[in-house]
Amino acid sequence: MNDLITLKGVTRVYEVGTEKIHALAGVDLTIRPNEYISTMGPSGSGKSTLMNIIGCLDTPTSGTYEFEGEPVHKMDDNQLASIRNRKIGFVFQTFNLLPKLTALRNVELPLIYANVPRDERLEQAERALRRVGLIDRMNHKPNELSGGQRQRVAIARALVTNPSVILADEPTGNLDSKSGEDIMRLFDDLHEAGNTIILVTHEEYIAKHAQRTLHILDGKINEDTLNG
Amino acid sequence: MSKSKRSHLKNTVKESLRMALEAIRDNKLRSVLTLLGIAIGVFSVIGVMTAIRTLETSIESGLNVFGTNTFLIQKYPAVTIGGHSRRKYRNRRNITYDQFKELKRRARLPIMVSVTDYSGGQTIKYRDKQAKKNVYLQGGDEGSLRTFNTFIGDGRNITAHDVEFSRRVTVLGMDAVDQMFPFEDPLGKIITINGIGFTVVGIAERKGKMFGQSQDNYVLIPITTYLQRYGKRWTSLAITVEAPSAELYDKTRDEVIGILRMIRKVPPGKENDFEVVSNAQLIETFGQFTGGVKLFALAISIIALLVAGIGIMNIMLVSVSERIKEIGIRKAIGATRRDILIQFLTEAVFLSEFGGITGVILGVLGGNLVAMAFNIPAVIPLDWVLIGLAVCSVIGVGFGIYPAYRAAKLDPITSLRYE
Ligand SMILES: Nc1ncnc2c1ncn2[C@@H]1O[C@H](COP(=O)(O)OP(=O)(O)O)[C@@H](O)[C@H]1O
Ligand SMILES: [Mg+2]
Repeated sequence: MNDLITLKGVTRVYEVGTEKIHALAGVDLTIRPNEYISTMGPSGSGKSTLMNIIGCLDTPTSGTYEFEGEPVHKMDDNQLASIRNRKIGFVFQTFNLLPKLTALRNVELPLIYANVPRDERLEQAERALRRVGLIDRMNHKPNELSGGQRQRVAIARALVTNPSVILADEPTGNLDSKSGEDIMRLFDDLHEAGNTIILVTHEEYIAKHAQRTLHILDGKINEDTLNG
Repeated sequence: MSKSKRSHLKNTVKESLRMALEAIRDNKLRSVLTLLGIAIGVFSVIGVMTAIRTLETSIESGLNVFGTNTFLIQKYPAVTIGGHSRRKYRNRRNITYDQFKELKRRARLPIMVSVTDYSGGQTIKYRDKQAKKNVYLQGGDEGSLRTFNTFIGDGRNITAHDVEFSRRVTVLGMDAVDQMFPFEDPLGKIITINGIGFTVVGIAERKGKMFGQSQDNYVLIPITTYLQRYGKRWTSLAITVEAPSAELYDKTRDEVIGILRMIRKVPPGKENDFEVVSNAQLIETFGQFTGGVKLFALAISIIALLVAGIGIMNIMLVSVSERIKEIGIRKAIGATRRDILIQFLTEAVFLSEFGGITGVILGVLGGNLVAMAFNIPAVIPLDWVLIGLAVCSVIGVGFGIYPAYRAAKLDPITSLRYE
């Protein structure tokens, strides 16, 4: 099977004043379609940095990154935006919904940037909201929804373009354990339906949902295990 | 390819407009302030231009005070602009009734030569009713009503005989009628002017107001009677001359000037010791004046618009920093720099255009209110409306582009982290 994501010797160095912070210190990683991966590691170990690079929000300082065979490390801003838009669905710990827009408008947004005609857009956005069980809340704004519901809207937004991979950086970090469990069941369903999922978590029981776990330490993959 | 590109652009602009409307709705105070800035700028341009345009139109018609083909001869110029003091004119000899009679007798070309003088502050009464102080006592002849651009409404005009025999008869302007004869027919009644009785023989037709001033506030009596009873040492008469046609205007003017120079014994080669005032000259003098006002208004308006533009830029910059997080989110889900740029530009242009239209409407209304105060028909200065709106677009793009560029340039991760 073709690889979806291939990282080779990826580093990410931040320069703060005269100091250099090696957030990623040489990562090699291969991910195939329909994998379900959790990423664990202490705070500051580089998990978010890795997710941001995989999600094309950030670019490596050195090393190569190929996404579906395309060299992401050579892409310009517009190409990165296009990959983010069409190939990647990002779910954040703090949801990152636009507070003034309804759930439906939030979910519709990626399709606007993908230049999908309005009728199709609404249809797809509604389908995504139905998929996360929030179709009856589509005209609510984020502050009229619970944390768990907000994260569902964010997942619907990630899903709506039918991306090749869904990335989630501590998606349950701001939720109570009950809502967190609901969200994880949703990810399980999505994986079941054929999606590729990579998520970051601190919790062992959440990591257990995935088939494969990456342990990060000091900007390196320390351990790469398959869950039994 | 190019077709899909075009439809993409159309789609982007349409969505940007929708997002701009959402953003404007969600940030009402900010939007209102921006709008206000632009509206005030445009208002000042349009308002002043509308007012000037209406004044100009009415001045051109209104300054035709003595009718076409007519000019006026008097001791002082009608309008003095600049440093010329009245002293230069004061030493001139007065224009007397004898000079007028001589001129009228000798001039061949004019179809009318008429004389007037006026004085205010006379006590004009009918029984217990007194005319207001702003009613002028006007001395004149059979041509005077014509020089006022009005007609006899009832009764008869002053005649040459009235003038010849210094009769105590009068023709009333409508203000004098309103004030002294609210319930009575004035014809045949006797009014007193400083205690001397005059029989009302006629009533002039109402002229209405011009530049807010009544044109009907006079009581007309024969010039001879006027000079005997109310003339002063410094009385200098004004002579109105009407040429038979536009073609003969210049010839008539030259003839009258020549005769008057002879009568007043002005040596050859010396300049006239009297002023010849024509409509064309009045309009020209006024044109210089409005030109100056226009330039001044334009300068003020440009400053106002510049300030408004800087205001817009400021507000857009604040808007960018308020919405860094939003920009980060939009970029994370696939917005390109261009998408963000267009979104912010659309917002700026929309705001300025909306403000511009508000300003245009207020400006046209305000300008026309000024016009109404002067009793002048309303106008819409279409060219200035278009210029105003064009300037707003330029301001929207010009002052919106820097904040929009700042927004578009933001790095997605840094903006997402921003709280
Ligand atoms: N924008 C940045 N500038 C400087 N240092 C950063 C920046 N982002 C992350 N870092 C540093 O990089 C390291 C890895 O951070 P991160 O990937 O966020 O860790 P994690 O998500 O595992 O907690 C940390 O030491 C963090 O302080
Ligand atoms: Mg993190």
